[in-house]
Amino acid sequence: MSHLYDIAHARAGDKGDTSIIVVAPYDIADFDRVGDALGSEAVAAHLGVPVANVTVRPSPTLGAFTVVIRERLDGGVTRSRSVDPHGKSLSGHILEIATPTPQTES
Amino acid sequence: MTSTYRIGAGTGFAGDRFEPARILAEHGDLDALVFECLAERTIGLAHQRMSVADGTGYDRLFLERFESILPVLSPRTAVLTNAGAADPRGLAHALLPLLEQHPNARSRRVAAVLGDDVMAALPPDSPIIGTGQTITELGDRVVSANAYIGAEAAMTALEAGADVVVTGRMGDAALFAAPAAVHFGWSPDDPQKMAAPTLVGHLLECAGQLSGGYYADGDRKIVPGLATLGFPFADISSSGDAEFGKVEGTGGLLSRATILEQLLYEIDDPALYQTPDVTLDLRSVRIDETGADRVRVSEGRAAHRPDRLKVSVGVRDGYLAIAGIAYAGIGALARGQLALDIVRERWAEVHHRDPAELRFDLQGHNSLRPWYQPSVEPSEVRARVSLRTFDAAAVTILHREVEALYTNGPAGGGGVETSVKQTTGIVSTLIDRDLVHPTMEMIS
Repeated sequence: MSHLYDIAHARAGDKGDTSIIVVAPYDIADFDRVGDALGSEAVAAHLGVPVANVTVRPSPTLGAFTVVIRERLDGGVTRSRSVDPHGKSLSGHILEIATPTPQTES
Repeated sequence: MTSTYRIGAGTGFAGDRFEPARILAEHGDLDALVFECLAERTIGLAHQRMSVADGTGYDRLFLERFESILPVLSPRTAVLTNAGAADPRGLAHALLPLLEQHPNARSRRVAAVLGDDVMAALPPDSPIIGTGQTITELGDRVVSANAYIGAEAAMTALEAGADVVVTGRMGDAALFAAPAAVHFGWSPDDPQKMAAPTLVGHLLECAGQLSGGYYADGDRKIVPGLATLGFPFADISSSGDAEFGKVEGTGGLLSRATILEQLLYEIDDPALYQTPDVTLDLRSVRIDETGADRVRVSEGRAAHRPDRLKVSVGVRDGYLAIAGIAYAGIGALARGQLALDIVRERWAEVHHRDPAELRFDLQGHNSLRPWYQPSVEPSEVRARVSLRTFDAAAVTILHREVEALYTNGPAGGGGVETSVKQTTGIVSTLIDRDLVHPTMEMIS
């Protein structure tokens, strides 16, 4: 099994109770593979939120995706009782999303 | 007019390292050095501090920062900071005796930017973004309301001869955009002109996060010298294009990838990045590596100038109390879980309180993502119980209950730690630009 971690890097930030995670492929050739792994349903399931709470915005010219996850920060940085009120560590979590292993050419 | 204007980032937050700003001041050949010291909630906390006796409403740590750069600061380098928080005038006055002690700095002129405090101007029926409530419904819990103001008042101060500008809740990017816009004669009312310096400010406002901080991971994101991370500067040209770099010999990394991560950092919709001066479309920004640790950024586009400004409203939010105890070895996870179960049971049965007010975590297992079930058992865990409450008695009960687990809980529980802090929450609303009147005041 391979993970997004193998082909992409990420940075997590927050705005209120919303987590905003930038995910970018190391190689622009993997843009669609990263996009396929970041379907709203897959992201929602991985983050434990309803699919309605997730928006994924591709920026193809830049070569990055903006993953927006609402109501995942226990009220947000000023209210949260969480160990990680900003959700900074969610970049590490999102890169654990499984990606289909590409067919190896022989 | 020189062909480029160089702005350095002295801090990315109020608690940031000290040396990077001093290195920039001494070796960066800067036109302006900007200290972003005001997180969203910081201003609410500052208001709360000011309301108690002998409190200061500004960031006191900035006095130390300022003092540390003064011996090496070039007379040509303007300094701007939002460390004024709830009391920009107070901080501006506090800087005067420091300037007096340094021959190079004695002739500097200090200005304060005022008018971001909209507590009186904010319509009571302003809706809180995301909750459906209005400001009125928060009653006397509201401690502050500050609008994110644009670059204009700081530009007026610089044009009037100030070379130290102290603000409160000015937009972070605006703090950087102001000196560049003055230098190139860009009008604060013209979003097409303000797009470029605002983009530069957005990239610089988290300082080290642009130059390799918050980036290192594994063998493909190697950042040399994080212990001596150099903070970035931007060389802005009259076209608005900017080339980012850092002082030679400092640690860190500037690359397409570090810039890309920061470009989109905390931006909900890259097509509509809202700042007080301009709403930017970031989707077509060009990022080109031009040399080692040199990256050019261009083509940030203005969508429009917003009619309304965002307002951060500080709300008294009671206490946040935390208590924890740690376990190691075979069965540590189960013992940690048992410790949490004991606290939950006693909260209801002995103290007749609702356990739903408590949050239970197992650190080392899944506390950073409680919805996730790891497949491996941790070799050690910390059982952690947290509580948000207005009731000081509940804080005491929580701390006592977790401490009592030493002798009354599972085997091998150690390292009890307890904490409590008073908190200020932040909610956001919008205000018509016409209702906000930023001004500047020359202090010296």
